[in-house]
Amino acid sequence: MKEVLNLQDSNKDIIVDLKNITKKYDDNMVIENLNLYIRRNEFITLLGPSGCGKTTTLNIIAGFEEPNSGDLIFEGKVINEVPPHKRQINTVFQRYALFTHMNVYENVAFGLRIKKLPEKEIREKVKVMLKLVDLEGYENRSTDSLSGGQQQRVAIARALVNEPKVLLLDEPLAALDLKLRKEMQLELKRIQQSLGITFVFVTHDQEEALTMSDTIVVMNKGRIQQIGTPEDIYNEPKNEFVARFIGESNIFDGIMHEDYRVSFEGREFQCVDKGFDKDEKIDVIIRPEDIKLEEYGQGMLNGTVTSVIFKGVHYEIEVEANNKKWLIHNTKHVKVSEKIGMNIYPEDIHIMRKAREVE
Amino acid sequence: MKKKNSIAHYPYIVWSIIFIVVPLFLVLYFSLTNSDGVLTLENYQKLFKPNYMNVFLNSMKLAAISTILCLILGYPLAYVLSKMDTKVRNFLMLLLIIPMWMNFLLRTYAWMSIIGRNGIVNTILKAIGIPAMNILYTDTAVILGMVYNFLPFMIIPIYTVLIKIDTNVIKAAADLGANKFIIFKRIIFPLSIPGVMSGITMVFMPAVSTFVISKLLGGGQFMLIGNLIELQFTTVGDWYFGSAISILMMIIILVSMAVLSRYEDKDEKEGGGFLW
Repeated sequence: MKEVLNLQDSNKDIIVDLKNITKKYDDNMVIENLNLYIRRNEFITLLGPSGCGKTTTLNIIAGFEEPNSGDLIFEGKVINEVPPHKRQINTVFQRYALFTHMNVYENVAFGLRIKKLPEKEIREKVKVMLKLVDLEGYENRSTDSLSGGQQQRVAIARALVNEPKVLLLDEPLAALDLKLRKEMQLELKRIQQSLGITFVFVTHDQEEALTMSDTIVVMNKGRIQQIGTPEDIYNEPKNEFVARFIGESNIFDGIMHEDYRVSFEGREFQCVDKGFDKDEKIDVIIRPEDIKLEEYGQGMLNGTVTSVIFKGVHYEIEVEANNKKWLIHNTKHVKVSEKIGMNIYPEDIHIMRKAREVE
Repeated sequence: MKKKNSIAHYPYIVWSIIFIVVPLFLVLYFSLTNSDGVLTLENYQKLFKPNYMNVFLNSMKLAAISTILCLILGYPLAYVLSKMDTKVRNFLMLLLIIPMWMNFLLRTYAWMSIIGRNGIVNTILKAIGIPAMNILYTDTAVILGMVYNFLPFMIIPIYTVLIKIDTNVIKAAADLGANKFIIFKRIIFPLSIPGVMSGITMVFMPAVSTFVISKLLGGGQFMLIGNLIELQFTTVGDWYFGSAISILMMIIILVSMAVLSRYEDKDEKEGGGFLW
């Protein structure tokens, strides 16, 4: 292991640092020049569609895969070649990967037994862990007698009992039903906060990412698209991919005439963005809930309602204006084929540079 | 779904009665009677004579040695195979099974000419100046024949269980700090025990009852349970005593299966069964 001279190292907050990581299988580029640092005690989520490289990134941090180039730095040391069993990092696997020939207690105690801790200490630590994941009294149960949610908890306890500095979670909730998933989301967040461990969470579920994360890393085709807080990612998506992937949105082609002045859909709007080239072609993003409904003729744009779907809290309304479809979320009830007006406030118009064509 | 006593079951029931139940009862009946047709236990008493007991013990000993050798040879092979690329391992598996398609007798005769007095082994030994060995018609030859013939029955169930182990489970163990040796000892081997158990069953059963291997490779004078039974039916003509030995052998096999099946996983029973 060589020490890496790095200005950022003065920032003691960074625990894992991925530098120019590239990974390919044969000629297939899975991760391309990825740069990402992870802070201590951070709940960071790698979010993206399947095949975007998020799980490969996780495997590289865990040590199951080696990058073709680039450095993986853990607490200031390059650990590219350190095997998984020597890293202070533990993983919770997608389908739990419990040891089916052992009971709950032995599953959780596995890592401690390898460290050859005295039996008494093991017993205490396992007990504390099982209490943390709310599985007291399950010590002697066999793993296949447990429900999916309970198995997940055992997997979390089994990883956390080793007191890792970083916990990696590979879509741990994907196999659970919706209600249980929501419960576990809060549970995981609670565990992370009470232990103060760095969690690196991988998911393709944007809602899950928004609920739990301190930081979200949106990935696509092996590249990071955007890094930011859930609010940043949702409110200020950097490109069309992020906007489409996170939540629903209306995306239009537009032209940025000058600072704070944009036109799209045949009209000029005021906006709050600046710093673009004169008359630069851009993408405009408007979230469905940011479009206000007005009487016909009283808004900035006019259109005809083409469909209304009741979604519980709101109606999902589709409006046709200038041969373009607009998606609107509103609590007001409108009728199909009703003519309506639409208003958009300047701060709800998000301007993005045209995405560089990522192959 | 389950329709009891459907008409389609009848041919099967009739078939099992004619070919399984009736013969079993016949064997049992013969074992309990003598040539005068009188009910008696003398056939069973005869079994406890020391020379017969020796045959049983010898059979069990040779079968046990063969089973252990098959396990020692078969487990590493199954393990190595299971780690290979799917395509490669399927091909190697085929190579392993192809000899099984050849007639059992032929394969055993082939061994006779390999280890015979003027066989390949001795020819080579003589050529390099080592005195010829008498392998044929010894315990070694019989064990060799058993191991050769039954090894695939050990490899296949173990291999089947090994390839089913979730790679994530192995990853998880490595992640929790286990090195390769601990992973094998604490994860892979315990998870493969059902395969080992069915492998042991599938080698021990035919090995303890074989009479062809012992007859050909062990020579005419070599006695195992199988040979003893064959002798009673073909040469001595004492069907009553032969039946009693058969019943005893069945009991031996049933007991060993009962013991082994306690370790077998319910859903792993199919392991390797297709060869039978």
